[in-house]
Amino acid sequence: MDDARGTVEAVARSSYGRLLAYLSSQTRDVAGAEDALGEALLSALHSWPERGVPDQPEAWLLTAARHRLIDQARRARVREEHRETLQRLASGAAAGADPGGVFPDRRAELLFVCAHPAIDSALHTPLMLQTVLGLDAARIAQAFLVSPSTMGQRLVRAKRKIRETGISFTMPRDQDLPPRLDAVLEAIYAAYGLGREEAAGVDPSNEDLAEEALWLARVVRQRMPEEPEVRGLLALILFCHSRRSARRGPDGRYVPLSEQDPATWSTAAIREAEAELSAAAQSGRPGRFQLEAAIQSVHAERAQTGRTDWPAIVVFYEHLVRLAPTLGAGVAQAAAAAEAHGFAEALLMLDRLDRAAVTMYQPYWAVRAHVLRSLGRAAEAREAYDRAIGLAEDPATRQFLLARRG
Amino acid sequence: MQYVMLIYETPEDFETRGSGAGHPYIAAWRAYHKALVASGAYVGGAPLQDMGTATTVRLKEGRRRVQDGPFAEAKEQLGGFIILDLPSLDAALEWAARCPTAATGAIEVRPVDAEAHETVLAP
Repeated sequence: MDDARGTVEAVARSSYGRLLAYLSSQTRDVAGAEDALGEALLSALHSWPERGVPDQPEAWLLTAARHRLIDQARRARVREEHRETLQRLASGAAAGADPGGVFPDRRAELLFVCAHPAIDSALHTPLMLQTVLGLDAARIAQAFLVSPSTMGQRLVRAKRKIRETGISFTMPRDQDLPPRLDAVLEAIYAAYGLGREEAAGVDPSNEDLAEEALWLARVVRQRMPEEPEVRGLLALILFCHSRRSARRGPDGRYVPLSEQDPATWSTAAIREAEAELSAAAQSGRPGRFQLEAAIQSVHAERAQTGRTDWPAIVVFYEHLVRLAPTLGAGVAQAAAAAEAHGFAEALLMLDRLDRAAVTMYQPYWAVRAHVLRSLGRAAEAREAYDRAIGLAEDPATRQFLLARRG
Repeated sequence: MQYVMLIYETPEDFETRGSGAGHPYIAAWRAYHKALVASGAYVGGAPLQDMGTATTVRLKEGRRRVQDGPFAEAKEQLGGFIILDLPSLDAALEWAARCPTAATGAIEVRPVDAEAHETVLAP
């Protein structure tokens, strides 16, 4: 009995995204597919312990969910949109994509729907996490720092929009692909909450969803191995992931990248990242994520060489800010320049950044404090440290900066 | 839009008061306050003395009732408040997460009831 329950949970965990993606690709109604799949899982919890686990649990769930969907559509037959749903379901069944065997993996299509331009970009990542990974709204709300009820409402509204807009579950092609793919990659990148960590004292952003982001990156990579930026993003996440446990000392203390012991980095993750990055580079189509991965690759080399090639990092940053002039890249470029070309030049670079934009940007103040202190401008350094401390969220980072500030 | 952060502190954090600007908790608070003011979101606020200094006043059937306390047996007590002016609740929650007390106590964020405020202020 517990076995059957365990099987339901295991299937739910491993197949939720694939089942949901396939069901909603047929109806273009994510919310309806979620309800149907939820009910199917519930009835599996009742039926499997009594009648035994079916030979093909996924196929069983798919059939059960489809019956629910057809019921839903019949009940609302008067409404045109549901008539279409019914037709799509019927044609899906006729096309032989039916249980009994393998059903196609539509998770990548679902990711493209979640990051569709018609959907508020702030909801791209939360939608992906809920639909493809089955995370509940409360967990997503935590990572995005909004109340669970608000996140729940926003997700419901976004799914209604998917249905009403009739966003199609097909892979974008030709000139449509680059911007749509950017949005998907951007949303996965946001899930990782990649804290730039080249400079000491930079608040690592929320890494709550690191595993989930890695998983999503793999889903896209599996489907689109020929896209260099897809592999670039996976490489970037893997590089950052390889240093996860190195960021904290045994006492929970924050350990900046420059003080991390490379022996604590995951060599398996680094090896995989290197392979992805070199495969991407062979396409001859550089991009933002490949450049960011290349920077992390230089940091990773310290495990072999014992030193960091800062001039190489500076060159990569020059390309990166030309391609994607974000505030984060500008600050990280200055931090790298401080190591490669000295603190005076770094300060000039920091001074050139947009004054208004940096007010609330913690990494800027952390880097500025470090640079000013190294230049012997103690009073200004303390002011900058205060700003970096005041904007930090992570208590360990705060303690680190307080100690530096003196 | 104005939001109020109600800051609930643990007894341990309360006891750091008077330890001077060098204490890590106080130093973190000084830095946090500076960043808040620099961002332009800070409207006002104040730390409160501990619950033991509270006095509660009620009028019951026309008679004054004055009590010491409340002495609720809570692990965290209201240690202060900050009023913020920000475009959204999301922005207010970000400031709440950065508050040094968030790591040990709790921060409650509530929007100011602008409508009720206006009714009271109306001539």
